[in-house]
Amino acid sequence: MSEWWTYSLRDLLLFSPRTYYRQFELYNLEWWPLQLVALALGIAVLALWRRGGERAGRAIAAILALCWLWVAWAFHGQRYASINLAAGYFAWAFVAQALLLLWFGGVRRRLTPASAPRVQVRAGLGLLLFAVLIFPLVAPLQGRNWTQAEVFGMAPDPTALATLGVLLLAGARPAWALYPIPAAWCLISGATLWTMDAPDFAVVPLAALLAVGLAAAARLEQAGAAQPGR
Amino acid sequence: MTKTPNDIRRRLLGALAAAPLLGPAMARAQPQPARPAARAIPSSGETIPLVGLGSWITFNVGDDRAARDASTEVMRAFFQAGGRLIDSSPMYGSAQDVIGYGLKKLGRPADLFAADKVWISGSGEGRAQMERSRRLWDIPRFDLMQVHNLLSWQTHLPTLFSMKAAGQLRYVGITTSHGRRHDELEKIMASRPLDFVQLTYNLVDREAEQRLLPLARERGIAVIVNRPFQQGALLDRLGRRPLPPWAAEIDCTSWAQFALKFIISHPAVTCAIPATTRVDHVRENLGAAAGRLPDQAMRARMAALVARL
Repeated sequence: MSEWWTYSLRDLLLFSPRTYYRQFELYNLEWWPLQLVALALGIAVLALWRRGGERAGRAIAAILALCWLWVAWAFHGQRYASINLAAGYFAWAFVAQALLLLWFGGVRRRLTPASAPRVQVRAGLGLLLFAVLIFPLVAPLQGRNWTQAEVFGMAPDPTALATLGVLLLAGARPAWALYPIPAAWCLISGATLWTMDAPDFAVVPLAALLAVGLAAAARLEQAGAAQPGR
Repeated sequence: MTKTPNDIRRRLLGALAAAPLLGPAMARAQPQPARPAARAIPSSGETIPLVGLGSWITFNVGDDRAARDASTEVMRAFFQAGGRLIDSSPMYGSAQDVIGYGLKKLGRPADLFAADKVWISGSGEGRAQMERSRRLWDIPRFDLMQVHNLLSWQTHLPTLFSMKAAGQLRYVGITTSHGRRHDELEKIMASRPLDFVQLTYNLVDREAEQRLLPLARERGIAVIVNRPFQQGALLDRLGRRPLPPWAAEIDCTSWAQFALKFIISHPAVTCAIPATTRVDHVRENLGAAAGRLPDQAMRARMAALVARL
């Protein structure tokens, strides 16, 4: 696009808010009752974290990778692509995240629940609970229909937030390669909602920034503690 | 609750829309709405109504069947009210497909003036994209093909002129929006045998009055105006205030008609293309091309009012 810098985000919005939220409605109706399975997977991630251990970490990685793959194909590829020309690129990014999760979580065992600063654990757990249990309530709380609920494992926002929560719970030595795609998606989603004047546009990007900030702070603290003479 | 003029007008339009349900006698008793005025395309003399139909955002509804049917009803009302020109682009997501869906359901209206754009780099890719667009609309050929936002215009214009010569389209144009690249557009208008140019012009964005609109008249280029309501922002702003009583002197019943009449009363403008998802709004928009249009003095008064608000 020529003179792309002269375009504002609003100029690039291709669809109306009504059309955007309707995609979640059509998607949910198409795949019902898969939402219940997704919810069960989210709760399973919580249970596996409580259980702890390497096997639990690998199982969490497998569940998250499955969810990212599903969102890539079923949401971005089959649904969102019908109104957003960029959805194909989003789908490939989600596939890449699934592969990264399998590599770092399944092979390198970097998602094993581990001790971390208390604030990081609380934030991670809070993000995970918010993504799995609270996020589906956002649509009805805003006066939209239940059928437009965004469910972990099926919709991109709660899937990205839950992943960031899991990363915080995986200890003070973060797998940095697993952060960029969920964090970038949260920013893209927030920008999309902002262009549509959605009142909740800041929630997802702020949660992502919180996760990245806490992970960075924990890493810095750990590095400082490891320095001789301290 | 206080009713605005818009509310009252919409109720009246709603009542008019429901008239056929009241029986043939009542329907016959209703006066036929005035047909929209038309203006000639300078390069051919063919006339098209002063108000067309845009599809940016409004027709990008994906595969949502209910929304596609609603878009079809907008198109039905558009043709019934005397509209002809529908404009789209490959950049508008599913809009072309939705237009094709609607045209099929409406029995392919003979009055359609199909305007689309090429929005890609490369000559071969351009031809392939135009063919994809034609298949989505499901029409034999486009009436007008435009280079979207000047993208690769040096490549596409020769292609479009050769397609016109071969009878594969009827008119060639080029577009810009949001006031971008007017200098370059001016050079193209001055040097190429364009039939159409599309640009942004409205009560607030009036830069085109300085050079582009006079040049279009001088060169005999038809002008399509996009973003007549600044994507709704202008009407949101104006709608907070009552329509001035003197708007009745030019047969305005709403701010939308006020904004459209300002645009289409410019002698260089051939057609404005507001987009909408609502049947009552499409009728209202076409209504702006019926009745009296403002003269120079009234246009200055309209612009002064909006500048003060």
